Amino acid sequence: MSDPASPEADARPMPSPPLPEWRQYARFLWNAVSQSVEGGWKFYVWMTLLTAIFLVGANAWAVQVRDGMALTAMSDHVSWGLYIANFTFLVGLAAGGVMMVIPAYLYHDEQMHDIVIIGELLAIAAIIMSIMFVVCDLGRPDRFWHMIPGLGKFNFPVSMLTWDVIVLNGYLLINLHICGYLLYMRFRARPPVAKLYVPAVLLSIVWAISIHTVTAFLYCGLGGRPFWNTALLAPRFLASAFVSGPAFIIVAIQIIRWQTGRMFGEGAIRTLVSIIRITILVNLLMVVSEVFVEFYTGGTHTSAAKYLYFGLHGHNELVPWIWTALGFTLVAVVLFLQPEVNRRPVPLNIACLLAFVGLWIEKGMGMIIPAFVPSTLHEIVEYRPSLTEWKITAGIWALGFMIYTLLIKITIDVHSRKLRDASGARTIVPEDALAVASEDG
Amino acid sequence: MIAFPFTQSTEPPLMNDPDPDKPGTPCSGHGACACGASAPPPSGESHGDSTRRSVLKGIGATLGVAAYAKALAPLTELTQQTSMDEFLQKHYRELTKEELATVLARLTRETKEQYGAEVTISDPKPPEGVKFGYALNLSICNGCRKCAEACHLENNHDRPSHQSYIRVFEMTKGSMDFEKGNVHYDHPVPQPDKYYMPVQCQQCELPPCVDVCPVEATWKERDGIVVVDYNWCIGCRYCEAACPYHARRFNWQKPEIAAAEINPDQSYLSNRIRPQGVMEKCTFCLHRTRNGRLPACLEACPTGARVFGDLNDPDSEIRWVLENKRVFVLKEELGLKPQFFYFFDE
Repeated sequence: MSDPASPEADARPMPSPPLPEWRQYARFLWNAVSQSVEGGWKFYVWMTLLTAIFLVGANAWAVQVRDGMALTAMSDHVSWGLYIANFTFLVGLAAGGVMMVIPAYLYHDEQMHDIVIIGELLAIAAIIMSIMFVVCDLGRPDRFWHMIPGLGKFNFPVSMLTWDVIVLNGYLLINLHICGYLLYMRFRARPPVAKLYVPAVLLSIVWAISIHTVTAFLYCGLGGRPFWNTALLAPRFLASAFVSGPAFIIVAIQIIRWQTGRMFGEGAIRTLVSIIRITILVNLLMVVSEVFVEFYTGGTHTSAAKYLYFGLHGHNELVPWIWTALGFTLVAVVLFLQPEVNRRPVPLNIACLLAFVGLWIEKGMGMIIPAFVPSTLHEIVEYRPSLTEWKITAGIWALGFMIYTLLIKITIDVHSRKLRDASGARTIVPEDALAVASEDG
Repeated sequence: MIAFPFTQSTEPPLMNDPDPDKPGTPCSGHGACACGASAPPPSGESHGDSTRRSVLKGIGATLGVAAYAKALAPLTELTQQTSMDEFLQKHYRELTKEELATVLARLTRETKEQYGAEVTISDPKPPEGVKFGYALNLSICNGCRKCAEACHLENNHDRPSHQSYIRVFEMTKGSMDFEKGNVHYDHPVPQPDKYYMPVQCQQCELPPCVDVCPVEATWKERDGIVVVDYNWCIGCRYCEAACPYHARRFNWQKPEIAAAEINPDQSYLSNRIRPQGVMEKCTFCLHRTRNGRLPACLEACPTGARVFGDLNDPDSEIRWVLENKRVFVLKEELGLKPQFFYFFDE
């Protein structure tokens, strides 16, 4: 592995003609990958732990592919489970990153602008995870190519799943472009050209809304599933995404600060807290609204909600889940509304964690499973995730954390000039005031 | 939440890192690293340190790759089951006559290899101008479940799970609500205060299962039957979520069926033994009905409750039923236009 950061190289002009841009970019990627496996012992312990968890999941998945989905607890009655639950939540997490982009680019919040990449990188990691959850949910992942337009058969525009394939991959590409371009320019010590990435940023705002809207349309368009068949689903998805995304980012900023020993992002955290104060209440309002319609109207269509909140005919597998979620959310609401969260990190982080876990349950187990219980012919078959499902779920989350860690680490290395273009002679940009900063105009 | 242990950006470059506290940190993040070899404390001489680092990294990477290979090894066992021809097979509707013949021959051979049974897999096409419909007389159905059992046998269903495309509900008189129905009844039938309602695929005119499929692995044929290409389905189960009639079944594992029990009269789109991980459903026994025979569930019915025929033929029995009986369809409010009808005698 070569030394990417030889200090002498900076001063010398490069006489030979410059490499074409794409080769420069490839070199940047190569340097980034090489540099990303360098780190202190804490880094290695963390990554080894995540790798171990990931491998347990990978093995469980390989066995599931070989022996069949019978290893999951799913059935013809509850045909989607923990995988799709996580998928739904993670699409929201990916969309939630946009709550940094909007203040940064539409409201010109300078502090947010400096660290907006933390949210964009979260989108990348979360989208990769959500795609992996879908792949793990497929009975025949070997036939994945049937979905590739041109090669297979792509049932567009009738199937909402094909829309989802387009918006998720599109969102991934947009964010890869934005982050890759900004980091690359920083690596080359050149100022980024606004027209090469600002349109993508603006597109990503619309696109973030679209990924979660389309994901909600997957479910709410099904007339045979009354629990999902509500126009409120997409707005509710978005509101909760704009809680879980910012909650994650608030904690992430603090961890990065703690690990890099640099203070930054205080203003950004305040902005995110202000956003959560609104979105968490909007989400709660929509939950209350749904619950009211379900229970006040009554009738057979209420069975799923009854099953979810109170159990049905002695079946109450989901009751502890949903009340945990509601309890967490309510405590988080109370905490977020305290002025202390802007001063003290402990209540803030507890609030973020509770909101995050609460929504993971509410949008996952609390949203996917009840649509299947009772079944369309009102049979009650319950679902409790199997060990295989938990292993695979843990494995994908571990991989997601690995990806996010590496992306953040590369970003820090680029911004602290540890990772930089060592071959060409460029003006040396002074060290960042912050370890992480996007310093475009 | 666990910390993200980023390197302090104020640290000196790693190559010259003289930190004596980390003799055993070489694993490059891969796998259950057993390489905790404690190297001698670094002398502070950067070249030796760097060599040690790369050697240990190499060991770590090797072990990591080995761990990955081991974890994913079960996948290789799968490839023994799935031939390259199967992997590359085109969508049913894009197969030429010759390609289809090759596929059918391969499937026949594979059935012999994997299940030990000699079968004939044909591909009957929809008859010209025919639209199949089914009607069921709720006044005389007695809930004996012979239809469900016949389906189980005819369609080569998985034996241990007692799979069938038909579920028979014991309904409470005075209610059409399935919530008051029971599918697990276990007593002599018919009970005086009950009536019985078998449910199978309704072969909707506007099938939501077909709309949602991302890869067009399921579609409605000219004669009205909704079919699945078992070799194209990716197993996402979106169709199963979309169906309001619980008509679809997934192969959660490779179907188990003894060679002696296999129905050898098979077709590509209906009752051939399905692969693991794909969706299946009632096809009105198209391997029979497209050849002028009746569905197995109808033949098995001891009461004569079932009526099957061509909706386009004005002289057919099913047309007579639709015109003269009090007919209804399930969940009509969903607007899917089922081609399966229920009726009462009196």
